[in-house]
Amino acid sequence: MAAATDSAAGKAGFRAWLNKRLPVDEFMESQLIGYFAPKNFNLWYFFGSLALLVFVIQILSGIFLTMHYKPSEALAFDSVEYIMREVEGGWIIRYMHSTGASFFFIVVYLHMFRAMIYGSYRAPRELLWILGMLLYLALMAEAFMGYVLPWGNMSYWGAQVIVNLFGTIPVIGPGIVEWIRGDYGIADSTLNRFFALHVIAVPFAIAFLILMHLVALRQTGSNNPDGIEIKARLNANGKPVDGIPFHPYYTVKDVVGVGVFLIFFCGVIFFVPTFGGLFLEKPNFEPANYLSTPQHIAPVWYFTAFYAMLRAVPDQQMGALLMLLAIVVLFFLPWLDRSPVKSIRYKGWLSKIFLAAFVVSFIALSYLGLMPADGLYVILARIFTAVYFAFFILMPWYTSIEKTKPVPERVTYHG
Amino acid sequence: MSDESVGGSDAVDTSRRKFLTVATAATGAVGVGFTLVPFISSWKPSERARALGAPLEIDISKLEPGQMITQSWRKQPIYVVRRTPEAVAALAKVEPSLKDPKSEASEQPKYAQNEMRSIKPEVLVLYAACTHLGCLPKQYFTQADPAMGADWPGGFFCPCHGSRFDLAGRVFNGSPASANLRVPPHSFESDSMLVIGVDAAAQGAA
Repeated sequence: MAAATDSAAGKAGFRAWLNKRLPVDEFMESQLIGYFAPKNFNLWYFFGSLALLVFVIQILSGIFLTMHYKPSEALAFDSVEYIMREVEGGWIIRYMHSTGASFFFIVVYLHMFRAMIYGSYRAPRELLWILGMLLYLALMAEAFMGYVLPWGNMSYWGAQVIVNLFGTIPVIGPGIVEWIRGDYGIADSTLNRFFALHVIAVPFAIAFLILMHLVALRQTGSNNPDGIEIKARLNANGKPVDGIPFHPYYTVKDVVGVGVFLIFFCGVIFFVPTFGGLFLEKPNFEPANYLSTPQHIAPVWYFTAFYAMLRAVPDQQMGALLMLLAIVVLFFLPWLDRSPVKSIRYKGWLSKIFLAAFVVSFIALSYLGLMPADGLYVILARIFTAVYFAFFILMPWYTSIEKTKPVPERVTYHG
Repeated sequence: MSDESVGGSDAVDTSRRKFLTVATAATGAVGVGFTLVPFISSWKPSERARALGAPLEIDISKLEPGQMITQSWRKQPIYVVRRTPEAVAALAKVEPSLKDPKSEASEQPKYAQNEMRSIKPEVLVLYAACTHLGCLPKQYFTQADPAMGADWPGGFFCPCHGSRFDLAGRVFNGSPASANLRVPPHSFESDSMLVIGVDAAAQGAA
């Protein structure tokens, strides 16, 4: 038993041999057991680890899909149907991957919303937020290119719309579009390179960014629902009094989250894999046809908020610019918020109203992006686009003038 | 090993070291730049793609007035319309409700930058891609088509985002598209032989 109290060097057998060559115990100690997280985490704190889980699901199911998929104009659509009908277990692997894409965005949106309500983007976590935003951008690129691969008619026309957005760049736009496509239209070359980017380049970038996101998190430590720094109060051992070891406490908590998540995830895979045309759109069950536009082109639900903004503007160049700005403005969130408190719990009613309006506008825009672009839908899209931007543009004003509640010294529990 | 004995000869010349570091890094950067060239170039249309994008000949002798055919050139659908004399006459009337009636902000060869947007008044040649986001505008050639309203002069309607164009591919006010439908380079080899992809330099004056 004496060995248990000794350092790694004193341990016997394989463990000692291993640790002398690879610092496993040291890593566990510094990154998981000795890493303290605030003890007042609530439901909102499940979605970071769930995003990591979905990433793993996507990588594993994706690897097996590439074993049967053919990235060519002539074979792509048929190879996906082949996976669905003739490869044993192929349908469930494919539905895992397509459902995983939507669930990735669900958990990432909830994860981002958590950061917004509790001010997790505020100093000293600005870079953590920016790394997260870069992950979001990489995820959007990954999802878009993945949606092109089945080479259905919506794949084709979606690619057409998105790639042509680059054509609105002044002067060099048309040249860039031709360069991205590698042909005079969306073609075999485009599909082939999107496949390469989707299965190698972007997943690598995402994995790297996840690593950076976690390293930055280890540096600053997690925020919490009260938005106060637990590192400010340390016990005799130099550990935060309001913190608990990440492992085993939060690893066990996250495992429960995984269980609940998988109930929903499997429910969709087994019973509603297309989710009524939201996760897999109906026109994508016919092969790409460049002479026939689907009656109504809409991206998958996770892009529709930005798509609604694009269509809300009569001028395409301005529309594309506005859509870009809607994403870019999120990067500046850490500097737009001037409130003396981080968490929504202690902010004033102005912040609460603007945040609620922002959530409503994002959901409304997501809905409007699925609808045809005419009449009332366009007018509503314009109104909600204005609300979306007002949340950000007016933030320095309303966060600095409102009256905030006093922040407690120690973390609290509100369930 | 004593620092006294070697004296000044051991002192580090930091400015020299810095210069060498910067010079090496700069040379390396130039090398990286040149190495990027084949990778970036590999995304350009290949020789095969360029060969498949060669000019396309279309026999239009069987195209009746009021009819349209769709052909594909460089993966892009091309509309060829033989307009009726009434449709040609109606073009001047819609000008007040157009965004760019003179096609000044639109893309077309010089010889098609006129009111008809064509070489011959009756033959209209267009890229079928909507200038908004590349969808295919549908043909609504009938005047006052019930789906389009009583004042509809005949033209194209894009089902994706609702852009409307007249029978010269000119965009109406209130459409999300900001430019007229593009006209591809084209010429006539004979009265009935249309060539897409070859400019009509000699016939420009006609």
